[in-house]
Amino acid sequence: MMQAFLDIFDIYLLETVINGILFGGVLALLALGLNLIFGVIDVTWICYAELVMIGMYGMYYLVTIYGVPYWAAAPMCILLVAGMGALLHFLVIEPLLSSPPVNQLLATGGVLFFLQSLATVAFGVEFHNIGIQLPVLRLGEMNFSYARLLSFAAALIGMVAVYVFMRRTYVGTAIRAIAQDRQIMVLMGVDTRRIYLITSALGGALAGLAACLLVLLYDVHPFIGLSIGPITFLICVLGGLGNFIGGFVAAFVFAEIISLGGMFSDLEWGYVLAFGFFIVMMFIRPAGLLSRRS
Amino acid sequence: MNRRQLAIAIAGAVLIALPFVHRDPYHLHILILILIWSFAYTSWSMMGRFGLVSLGHGGFMGAGAYVTALLWNHLGISPWLGIPLALAVSAALALVVGYPCFRFRITGHYFVLVTLALSGIVLQIITAARDWTGGSLGYTPERTKGSVLVALQFEDKTTWYLIALAVWAGGLLIWRWVDGSMDRYALEAISEDEDAAAAAGVNVTYEKLKITVLSAVMTAFSGALYCQYQMFISPDTVSGISVSLQMVFAAIVGGLYVALGPTVGAIITILMAEGLRIGLGTKAVGWDNLIYGLLLVLFIIFLPKGVLGSILARIKARR
Repeated sequence: MMQAFLDIFDIYLLETVINGILFGGVLALLALGLNLIFGVIDVTWICYAELVMIGMYGMYYLVTIYGVPYWAAAPMCILLVAGMGALLHFLVIEPLLSSPPVNQLLATGGVLFFLQSLATVAFGVEFHNIGIQLPVLRLGEMNFSYARLLSFAAALIGMVAVYVFMRRTYVGTAIRAIAQDRQIMVLMGVDTRRIYLITSALGGALAGLAACLLVLLYDVHPFIGLSIGPITFLICVLGGLGNFIGGFVAAFVFAEIISLGGMFSDLEWGYVLAFGFFIVMMFIRPAGLLSRRS
Repeated sequence: MNRRQLAIAIAGAVLIALPFVHRDPYHLHILILILIWSFAYTSWSMMGRFGLVSLGHGGFMGAGAYVTALLWNHLGISPWLGIPLALAVSAALALVVGYPCFRFRITGHYFVLVTLALSGIVLQIITAARDWTGGSLGYTPERTKGSVLVALQFEDKTTWYLIALAVWAGGLLIWRWVDGSMDRYALEAISEDEDAAAAAGVNVTYEKLKITVLSAVMTAFSGALYCQYQMFISPDTVSGISVSLQMVFAAIVGGLYVALGPTVGAIITILMAEGLRIGLGTKAVGWDNLIYGLLLVLFIIFLPKGVLGSILARIKARR
């Protein structure tokens, strides 16, 4: 009896752990985009998840209304959100670059309201499903949806692509240099305006990629940003704002907590647990998971 | 100065006399909402004016509203006792979040995001504990089980108007009291340069904690009051990031650094929302926030001192 219970329990546990890892991939992708913006421009886009939401609507309309195949819609959607990221920087952040950082953050808060209501007005409050049913992979007793596997793989590829871009290209090098020292790089002849715009577009593109993947997992509605956003911010703070590796690790830690917490109770309690963990970590490691204590 | 006192006395008398002269229930309802939200926005600005931008106030407000209502419905504890308990809960929340932040010098973006987490937690807990709180469908305190006064439930709008007016005026008095205290100078020094303030002998952690707890308790009180007045609360109207941003927005639009700024912000935002609701009818869903968001961005870029703050600054410059 006990043995049978343990067997089932272990399988469930393993399934949950693996699903947590798969979920972590998308979270890591989201955190990377936000961290990139923060690390380079020193701005927090509170409306980051709303960009993802707009991207998800883009996918929904392209695929279900206009009948564009998924693989063709995805690049279009990534470009769309990348353009929105650049536009956000150009219209909102650039006029505020010399004012206190908190003003920039609050202005993007205004953009959050704006995008959310825009979606409500334009698309209505109904939940929309993209209507792509991917099969389920059965491994022994465990079930994994292909949607999750696909999103995990795509998220990893996206992250590797960003890494290569940052390491191997001239613009990538300039971005990393600016992240290290904003004042000196101007003297070295780097056009900060251009680099900021490129970084914003890149951050937007990552949000777009995340949107293409999340639309496979969840229904889209105007307020979905409110459920994605907070968790992304927490991951970035937990990993240390601007710390790419820290954000990556924190994303998986969070995904596991949510996944395991959700196994024993509702998914919402998983979130509560993750938030609680976050507060505790604030006491232990206030400057991020990977920071050294001073 | 005497002229100013006279003006305040006249304004007070007019505000108190208003419900006895003008009895239109809809107008009174709007006025009560403006007063309650003005008090909430003033509470936010208590710390916001010192550069402590918190997006956690939705959490404090939610705690204030839900703890009061839950104690009344499940344990039959009168709001007269329930509200102080709710205030204590949000003070504890403020301490738990504030202490590590201030002790470990978490400022700027970090502070905003950590407090944002608090809003998120409170919202998730209210939604997750749906067996007790009704989840996202909202929650209604049970109608009075005895004396009206004990339950703090009044049908009469005039009573509510006077209560809200008193609370709002109390908020302004607290603002004045902080404004005239030594803490204000300490906090202003901290917002300019924390290290320099600490070197000059300011206990940074203690000062920040004090104003945060004060602000949190006041916000929770506004939540409890809102709950008692409306007799219906839902996670989206009293907690979460939207409510936090709403507070920030109104405070910035009105003017963050002047006592009546948040009140002006509340008047502008609530009248705008109501005007849109009446003008557009059911189509208004979303439009009010659309304009809110746009205005917030424009205000931060072009008018960071807010409406009242800019007007006062211009008057001062002319003298």
